[in-house]
Amino acid sequence: MATDPLRTETFDLVIIGAGSAGLAAASAAADAGVERILVLEKEDYPGGILLQCVHNGFGLHRYKEELTGPEYAERALNESNKRGIDLRCGAMVLKITPEKEIHYSGEKYGYRLARGKAVICATGADERTRGAIRIPGDRPTGVMTAGLAQHYMNLDGYMVGRRVFILGSGDIGLIMARRVTLEGGKVLGVAELMPYSNGLARNIAQCLNDFDIPLYLSHTVREIRGKKRLEQIVLARVDENFAFVPGTEKTFDVDTLLLSVGLIPSNRLLTDLGVRLHPKTGGPVVDETLQTSIPGIFSCGNSLHVHDLADFVSSEGENAGRSAARYVLDGADTPTGDSPVIRTEPGAGIGYLLPSVLHTDRTEEFLLKFRVRKPYRNVVLLLKQNGKLMKKVKKPYLLPAEMENLRLTREELPEPSGTLTLEIADE
Amino acid sequence: MNRPAEQVRESYDVVIIGAGVIGAAAARALARYRLRLLLLDRESDVGSVTSAANSAIVHSGYDPTPGSLKAKMNVVGNRLFPELCRQLDVDLKMIGSLTLAIGDEQVPIIEELAGRAAQNGVPVEILNRDAVLQREPNLTPEVRSALFAPTAGIVNPFELTIALAENAVQNGATLRLNEEVTRISPRPDGSYTVMTGRGAYRALAVINAAGLHADTLANNALAELGRPADYKIRPRKGEYFVLDHFDPEFLHHTIFTVPTEKGKGILVSPTTHGNYLVGPSAEFTDRKDDFATTDETLAQVLASAQKLVPSIPTRQIIRQFAGLRAVEKRGEFVIDRPAPGLVNLLGIQSPGLTACFAIAEEAVELLREDIPLEENPDFNPVCRPRVRLHRMAPDERAKLAAEHPSFGRVVCRCEDVSEGEIVDAIRRPCGATTVDGIKKRTRPGFGKCQGGFCQPQVVKILARELGKKPEEILLKSQGTEILLEKIGGANGD
Repeated sequence: MATDPLRTETFDLVIIGAGSAGLAAASAAADAGVERILVLEKEDYPGGILLQCVHNGFGLHRYKEELTGPEYAERALNESNKRGIDLRCGAMVLKITPEKEIHYSGEKYGYRLARGKAVICATGADERTRGAIRIPGDRPTGVMTAGLAQHYMNLDGYMVGRRVFILGSGDIGLIMARRVTLEGGKVLGVAELMPYSNGLARNIAQCLNDFDIPLYLSHTVREIRGKKRLEQIVLARVDENFAFVPGTEKTFDVDTLLLSVGLIPSNRLLTDLGVRLHPKTGGPVVDETLQTSIPGIFSCGNSLHVHDLADFVSSEGENAGRSAARYVLDGADTPTGDSPVIRTEPGAGIGYLLPSVLHTDRTEEFLLKFRVRKPYRNVVLLLKQNGKLMKKVKKPYLLPAEMENLRLTREELPEPSGTLTLEIADE
Repeated sequence: MNRPAEQVRESYDVVIIGAGVIGAAAARALARYRLRLLLLDRESDVGSVTSAANSAIVHSGYDPTPGSLKAKMNVVGNRLFPELCRQLDVDLKMIGSLTLAIGDEQVPIIEELAGRAAQNGVPVEILNRDAVLQREPNLTPEVRSALFAPTAGIVNPFELTIALAENAVQNGATLRLNEEVTRISPRPDGSYTVMTGRGAYRALAVINAAGLHADTLANNALAELGRPADYKIRPRKGEYFVLDHFDPEFLHHTIFTVPTEKGKGILVSPTTHGNYLVGPSAEFTDRKDDFATTDETLAQVLASAQKLVPSIPTRQIIRQFAGLRAVEKRGEFVIDRPAPGLVNLLGIQSPGLTACFAIAEEAVELLREDIPLEENPDFNPVCRPRVRLHRMAPDERAKLAAEHPSFGRVVCRCEDVSEGEIVDAIRRPCGATTVDGIKKRTRPGFGKCQGGFCQPQVVKILARELGKKPEEILLKSQGTEILLEKIGGANGD
């Protein structure tokens, strides 16, 4: 009989989360030669949020074909299975210690410890809730986040509402507008606080326009009414400072309000450990290897920054997997700040810019990722190092809903220090 | 002709109307005697209204007017808390409170409060600015002095009401939920008929702890006796913010503004689970079902709180809620026996939570004249301890999970709650039957995701344990189903 029920196992790499990011990271790390890899997933099945995304549109970049979320997840899972990666589902990670001991718990495993030389956090994002955006009014049933509604409809098979309004034009909200309509519900409208949509253009077309669902830009929910079930919402226009415009209130008789008002990278495990967070993204501060402020701990996917396409999540996961492999295999100890670094800063018009730190002595090529603050047409991106123009890229359009990439070679950054700024200027 | 609603179903010695913290405490206090007890509530869970939406503070008692019933009940109640919470296994932390003087003009108020405290028999200490800021570096630098009350504490108010009801049930009391009392009717023999939406009960004595609605029940009962009464409860709404448990070092005490005529003013306080509570406002409303929050009021609450603690991180706000205080028009607790066998516990606004044990003892004393109180030798004052996995050491958790795998299955990520704990919350006496009931007992849904991840699992566990369909599971009261019908041909269970 085991005398100590608290088992500790040792691995080269422990990956937390078996969604698109975590699975891709596992496969890439295995390909780079890491042998003992453990992937821990809190849900009973791997795939993460892809499993409830039964719509298609996944894989266009990665596989050059159009897949559903579960199909995309299956491919990622097959890749990791082919490599014989140890995947444990129904295993909730509760804590990471400074010694990289991962505490996790599951019905099948009990409470256990897994020690890793390196750790990749691919823990996804949380939906912003009613409380976070402080919608006033009553507290009836029938108000839920769009992702929760998607779970109930697509995984559990239940209808959540008959007369539905959706706040927020993020992609999940748009997808759910179509999903509810296809199941016989009536979607009375989608409201967006900003003067432009926060969803992909293709989703506006395919999920709203095709079903004549009105989109109310510069509007938000002023009040929720209903003692038991939701009965009414009051919608109102907002001005450029997001203050309500009196007299613009409209009431809608609805039984359900779905909230698609943003995702927040989920990083409690890392903040508990003291990892520094990026003030704009809500994910950790990382360098070009996606290593956080604690050596050997890496981050990727929606827990690093919110993506709009799973394909890009997967490639970011691969990058984290390769970096973690180098850390494990070469013993690459690269505490941020020791070697010469270039710091990056978002300039005019840029919402955020990742990674925050570049080590030019280690990598041949850098991938900068960013989002713009508002929609732009016919502009140029100016990349400046210490005020000097290094690169200029023409852009016919830039949208906040779409994450942008900018590839740089080491030759384009001859100076290994200072600050790299990205800004938007008129053509 | 007899209407079915008036046919007496059962007889009890005492019927307690209202399973809020006051009714539950009275039921538990009476359970020490050989009595047939019935505890009734119209909601789907105990402690669903005022007891579920308050500041969760065990007040020290420096504030109520010396000599008032509020002052007496507060101070006596406060002293009973540590022992009773130990018996009931209720979370309690005696963290002390600081009432701040901000600006020189408030310094004399602190001195006056210290005088009131002395009259009420409450130990306090006046701290100077440096001493206050040393205890709480996140307070405003504008603070001049503070009244430190070491006997103030914080309690888990959900757990308290539930544990009181559970212990009463465990000792033989009957609890009926979803049953609204419509009338207390005196009978010619001096007993009462308690009429509900489902029938009627005969009671030798009645305790009216019906919260916001206790005035109407009392007035109608007394009118039938030909003794018109004019109890009048006017709800005073309090709106709050809840912050996530982002930093255990942010505040260590409950922080109060100086009190006003409207109440104790705004507070910022840790909760027993490490969250922070900000509020409440204090505005009268004429509707007893008005639990709506408003932008305007919450903006004022936040502004007032920021005068105490300027760095309140608004990004950590995870919820807003409103509670209604049952304010009697005289502004005082009403603990009376207007007729033999009828005890009113009404107008129990703040510090009602603190006073609950003291008020329950008063109720017992008032009934002593009307019914024989014979000690129950089998009375067990202790609740079976609750499993609190998130506070257990890893090796203890490993041991428990090895013995009972459901304690290994973590359902709620934000608050670290296992399926085993949820199942226990359902199966205990006075167990949870709703999603909010689970939340109040074991916390899934209290965290940052507000149930976004765990709610489907909680619904499934409730359905399984209660033998119901998921679409029958309620969020809170009746009529709050979460799911509609099954989608045709969908791949569910």
